[in-house]
Amino acid sequence: MINNFHSLLTIMMTDPTNLLSLGWVDSFIIIVYFIFVLGIGYYLLRFTKTGEDFFMAGRKMTAWIAGLSFVAANLGSLELMGWAASAYQYGILATHWYWIGAIPAMLFLGIIMMPFYYISKTHSVPGYLKLRFGEGSSMLSAVSFGFMTVFMSGINMYSMAIVMKVVLGWDIHFSIWVSSITVMVYVVLGGLLSAIFNEVLQFMLIWLGALIIPIIGLIETGGWDGMVERISQNFPAGDYTHLWSTMGSFQDNPMGIHWTGIVFGLGLIISFAYWTTDFLVVQRVLSAKDLRSAKMAPIIGAGFKMMVPFIVILPGLLGLAVILPPLVGENQVSAMNPHSYNEVLPLMLARYAGPGLLGLGVTALIAGFMSGMAGNVSAFATVWTYDIYKPTHLKLSKKEESDAYYVKIGRWCTVLGVFVSIGTAYLVQQFASIMDYVQALFSFFVAPLFGTVILGMLWKRATAAGGFWGLFAGIGSSIGMWAWVKIYPGALKYIALSEHAKDMAENMYRALWSWLICVIVTVVVSYLTRPKADSELVGLVRGCTDIPSEGDLPLIKRPIFWASIVFAIFIVLNIIFW
Amino acid sequence: MIENKGISIWFFIGSLLLIYGVAITIANVYEMISPSMEKQIVLRELNFGVWWGILLVIVGLIYFINFRPWKKGNNNKN
Repeated sequence: MINNFHSLLTIMMTDPTNLLSLGWVDSFIIIVYFIFVLGIGYYLLRFTKTGEDFFMAGRKMTAWIAGLSFVAANLGSLELMGWAASAYQYGILATHWYWIGAIPAMLFLGIIMMPFYYISKTHSVPGYLKLRFGEGSSMLSAVSFGFMTVFMSGINMYSMAIVMKVVLGWDIHFSIWVSSITVMVYVVLGGLLSAIFNEVLQFMLIWLGALIIPIIGLIETGGWDGMVERISQNFPAGDYTHLWSTMGSFQDNPMGIHWTGIVFGLGLIISFAYWTTDFLVVQRVLSAKDLRSAKMAPIIGAGFKMMVPFIVILPGLLGLAVILPPLVGENQVSAMNPHSYNEVLPLMLARYAGPGLLGLGVTALIAGFMSGMAGNVSAFATVWTYDIYKPTHLKLSKKEESDAYYVKIGRWCTVLGVFVSIGTAYLVQQFASIMDYVQALFSFFVAPLFGTVILGMLWKRATAAGGFWGLFAGIGSSIGMWAWVKIYPGALKYIALSEHAKDMAENMYRALWSWLICVIVTVVVSYLTRPKADSELVGLVRGCTDIPSEGDLPLIKRPIFWASIVFAIFIVLNIIFW
Repeated sequence: MIENKGISIWFFIGSLLLIYGVAITIANVYEMISPSMEKQIVLRELNFGVWWGILLVIVGLIYFINFRPWKKGNNNKN
């Protein structure tokens, strides 16, 4: 069987310019991985009977399981490849997306927001909005989240298939169908429970597969100082190893971004919006067995997230130190410079990984894709079933269905989600520009949604009308700003505060403005409309909810203690690499 | 696994790492004894694959033994 699979993989290596070629042990490692993830899905089928089991993993996960799956679901398909490439292109600045762009928000979710999500017993973020603001806001966020999730999943699937073609020469259709059908089978069988268990397994594999590069790379360069010295020799004009010292002006760093964009746009808006309201990641934490575990899960996740640059950013920096001739942009590839910086990770794998380790590295890439896709699909199934299908079905049929009925719908939604993703992947193959539009579309919703949720949780005066119109105005203004720059590029200097701003900087400032507009409209409309009575806000809003005290717990078991430790390490790391 | 029933996820992880560790160790010991000429990796002399394989076997064994389902009291661990 292994020989057959190996032959199949070998046959598909049609392009002699593949970056990597697999041996028998590498193929063995990949096939065993697929057997395990499917086996786990089949095994968990027996534990997935009720809606609570299928959609919320029975709300029985420990803090560790929920925390690891919280980070793994975010690792996504192109996390390893994409950020290693960004590190080669922009240097250590890419680390901002892992530290200031994640850690404060994850800790905020754990300490401040999780009690309301958890105590309200909601099954999703749109579900929370329904309880707090009513059907309008809930449906708006559910529909936008549902569609964007499967579309993004399709885009990631296509990108991953392209990577597998370039790196290993695998046929695009083979990559798309084998990986997505595997994800579909194990999520249909075991629901969120299966997705979470496989994410934990995949998280371990990602680390064990990717850790090889930084370890051997640092041995080759003689440690961090040796690496920095080599980078300075190879690229004397650039500063690739400082996080903050080059951010005083837009022109001083390769990202073309100012520190205000990173701190306010990325650190305060985009990261808070993603980590606290994107249901894909929040769903993992909602599966925790009790409130303390739900609070600890994002804190544990933050601890691991802080370490991810070691396997993602460091390989890119090591590439700057050891790969000659230097890597270039996709459109500059030539006989003199045969590889682009998008290929830095496979090139480093080929440089260091012997038999089996190569298979482990490729398995890490596949595992990253599958954990991200399972996250998308399981979140889609929950939101579609509970927040879109159920209220619509109730309205039309006036009949309450059984729990088993909704589990069946959830399973069909999983199948539907996977096929819509596959369809999107093929659509992107035909019309590449769709990728840019869908990614832009996704960015329209995230920042305003954070404005609506945070006001809903922390300000009891916020009303249903305020929540809906704030969200609507935030999304509308985000689309408007995007269209303004598309039609009239000179508008960039108003939106991003500089005509030198790059796409990333524009996205950050657009997020900041759309969030502010959402908040202002929510506040104004709320003051003009009648608020709910305090009694209706119990379990949903700060000031109306009794949050269980942790005073009786020893210090070492309190989430706030561990959040403080993680935050202190985050500060120290930023100072060390300033 | 989930409370009060089933096999722990850490047992699955331990089993997988054990299988991977054994395969990688065997492949790299073979490579050490009769090196292939077609593929040259940097720092080959460190035999990193052998050490990584042994590490996976050790980590895999720890999880496999500690979370084995037939051990008393292990059926209620995540």
